[in-house]
Amino acid sequence: MLLALLALALIALVLATPMIVREAGRRRARRQAAKAARGGFDLPMYDPGRERRAEQRARELLRSCVNAEEWAMYRDLGFIRVGGKHARRDADHSGGGPAYAYLVYAHKPIVAYVPGSGQLLSEYCVEFPDMTGSGGRHRLPASDDVLAKWMALTSDEDRVIRRANMHLVGRQLDPARVRRDLWRLAEWERRRQRRREAPSRKQSARPSARESSTGSE
Amino acid sequence: MKPGHGEVLLAEGDTAVREQEEHLIEEFRRQLDEGMWAAVPTTNAGSGRREAQMVKAYGEIPEGADRVIFFPRASGG
Repeated sequence: MLLALLALALIALVLATPMIVREAGRRRARRQAAKAARGGFDLPMYDPGRERRAEQRARELLRSCVNAEEWAMYRDLGFIRVGGKHARRDADHSGGGPAYAYLVYAHKPIVAYVPGSGQLLSEYCVEFPDMTGSGGRHRLPASDDVLAKWMALTSDEDRVIRRANMHLVGRQLDPARVRRDLWRLAEWERRRQRRREAPSRKQSARPSARESSTGSE
Repeated sequence: MKPGHGEVLLAEGDTAVREQEEHLIEEFRRQLDEGMWAAVPTTNAGSGRREAQMVKAYGEIPEGADRVIFFPRASGG
């Protein structure tokens, strides 16, 4: 009788083992989750909105620093043109503009080109790495990256170009895409020019209309 | 400008108030010691275009500048 009871207890134990193991696993997971929630792990919580908010602040900062035309260019086209400051001779200045200029993209190389001919000169790979040593490989929000390049180019062009890695256009950027961007820029400028001229044309048209009406009287 | 965060306000104060100016100078030096570049957005008196002026010392900050922007120094990418 006793032997039979022992055998039954043993069978019950064997059958219950998977359930006991599963429950122990669940309790262990719950304990770890509670520990993590209390700050047991030193991992920063991921904030999905942080980058978006940082980019919004960066756009406002960029807007407050560059002029209205550059801001509109960035907003509409996604890049900013910065004129180069050097020229070998006066003849290099085409139509009073700079002899060469840069297209400043976010997180992409700066492209130098000749505004008059559209000839692509070179691409300058520049980055603004995290100096805080906090580990991780963070980068600036897109608009901050553009602003940093803009500030570096407009304040000390030589220094930033010296620090950059120079390559022929095509290493990182597709030359066809850059040419398309130059075409988009030219179209964009034409449209702005037309828009600027339109109100002045309307104003100059009004007095003549009045004159004609007074003339008919 | 801080990678991963964007714009962060480091310090603000009135340069006419000595204590506040000292705090600004201290923060300015700390940022440069950490290897940041400092620039002040300005308007070119000749062309009227917006541009930045790099400053390497507190005394180089143009009169009337309302802010100094610190950003990581450029390196070849």
